[in-house]
Amino acid sequence: MNEHTGKPASDSANESWNLRLYVAGQTDKSIRAIKNLNRICAEHLEGRYSIEVIDLLERPQLAVGDQILAVPTLVRRLPEPIKKIIGDLSNEERVLVGLDIRPHAAS
Amino acid sequence: MQELKKTPSGVKGLDELTGGGLPAGRPTLVCGGPGCGKTLLATTFLVRGALDYGEPGVFVSFDERIPDLSANVASLGFDLSGLSQQGLIALDHVQLDRQSIIEVGDYDLEGLFVRLAHAVGRIGAKRVVLDSIDSLFAGIPNTAIVRSELGRLFTWLKDHELSSVVTAEHGENSLTRHSVEEYISDCVIVLDHRVVEQSSTRRLRVVKYRGSAHGTNEYPFLIDRDGITVLPVTSLGLAQIASNERVGTGIPSLDAMFEGKGYFKGSSVLLGGGAGTGKTSIAAHFADAACRRGERSLLFSFEESPSQLTHKMRSIGINLQPWLDGGLLRCHAARPSLQGLEPHLAAMIKDVDDFKPDVAIVDPLSALLSSGTLHQTQGMLLRLIDHLKTIGVTALFTTLQSGDDQTDLSVSSIMDTWILVRNTPKGDDVVRRLQVVKSRGMSHSSQLRVMEIDNEGVQVKQAFAVPAARNRPQKRKGPPR
Repeated sequence: MNEHTGKPASDSANESWNLRLYVAGQTDKSIRAIKNLNRICAEHLEGRYSIEVIDLLERPQLAVGDQILAVPTLVRRLPEPIKKIIGDLSNEERVLVGLDIRPHAAS
Repeated sequence: MQELKKTPSGVKGLDELTGGGLPAGRPTLVCGGPGCGKTLLATTFLVRGALDYGEPGVFVSFDERIPDLSANVASLGFDLSGLSQQGLIALDHVQLDRQSIIEVGDYDLEGLFVRLAHAVGRIGAKRVVLDSIDSLFAGIPNTAIVRSELGRLFTWLKDHELSSVVTAEHGENSLTRHSVEEYISDCVIVLDHRVVEQSSTRRLRVVKYRGSAHGTNEYPFLIDRDGITVLPVTSLGLAQIASNERVGTGIPSLDAMFEGKGYFKGSSVLLGGGAGTGKTSIAAHFADAACRRGERSLLFSFEESPSQLTHKMRSIGINLQPWLDGGLLRCHAARPSLQGLEPHLAAMIKDVDDFKPDVAIVDPLSALLSSGTLHQTQGMLLRLIDHLKTIGVTALFTTLQSGDDQTDLSVSSIMDTWILVRNTPKGDDVVRRLQVVKSRGMSHSSQLRVMEIDNEGVQVKQAFAVPAARNRPQKRKGPPR
């Protein structure tokens, strides 16, 4: 299943994932995105991730600083390089590809 | 229906054209091709609003980064970072990098609304610029989302009563590439930059202005170090000569043809004639006379340098040098074709505003006419003439006009006075004949007169009673007796 077994996989397995999800209020899209993100992380990044949800309605200045336009926006802050995914994260496979997460071997 | 409220755009000329400015509290679409001045117009709207009309504004740039934008408009004298520090404007560059964005599922552009609302609230903005919509389309993968969000955005701008300028690229089959005009129905302005006969012209047209009368023609506009100036030629005619004061021509015998008093102060005089008919000499008399009265004269000399001119005029008894030295006379010599008509005309108007002359002379007008297309030149000239009239400068325009040349006739219609000088052969010699073709508002002599130039200057003689064809018999009669 994995072409690269061994080193690369184990490296990424040790990395810690720092994710930030930008939303604007409790909209359907926001709620869906939060749910989807929590589920995907729990399944594929167990124990090595942190998620920070930022509500732009409360901290609007962060929208400028982090160049957020679309909502929801998920930013992978670590591991580098920074990656951005926009949308409610409803397609797990595409989220994994977008974040560069190798699907968990268990499946 | 209630009349639409307007807010001054701060763009010189545009507010006259639209009867007061852009729709207040609503978005205006400004579209045109690349490099046509959209961003400059939008920036002018924002900066002038903040400085002159007490309306702070937010600039949302989807194109240029803020330092680049600031540098580009610095040439117009706009200090964006200074204004931003004073809280008069807010600048936000929305970075759109499509390559680095991955799309998964549904989203909206609420981030833009949050940023806009935050900036508007922070400085109490009354104006907004979005530049340009096309970059937003280019940066967001899902066009359908951009469309629906734009609709929401324009409604939001209206709800918050923000007077806005939104820029967009010109499309091939529609006004804008993404048909943004469907969302902005109040006011649409099209800019155009074209090169005709190697000279560049910028045009502005108000395509649509709901609930308001507006000029629908194309109007030339200039971009120079003072920003954008639209030249609404139709405002001509509003500027009428205000006074009944008269200004001497500098030639007593010519004054005699104008009720003994000369031209009306603030009027425009066209002096037409072939090469070597003494047009410049008549003009020099006029300048000299103004300086003698202690008035200021501005002379645009397109064919002679100041030194050539003073030298030539000294031979007919007019000494311009003391006036030049004393500062009452300024001579501006440059060939219009070197810089193109548009900047040249702008420079002329600026000279007029700087020097504040009582009398202006353009010698010759035909030099301007030959440097652009006829239609284009006319618009520019109307603007210059209009400007001189508005500020009460008496202006004399010489022009090369031979026989049946119709070129300048269109210009003559807006002149108050039209004098024509012709050379007619008489034996081996040439006789100059002068005629006042028209002079509005006075009973002038329309007789054909002989004009002579000697070392004491120009003189207009008695009526030229005998037509050229009957010259010979008279000549035979002459000397023997």
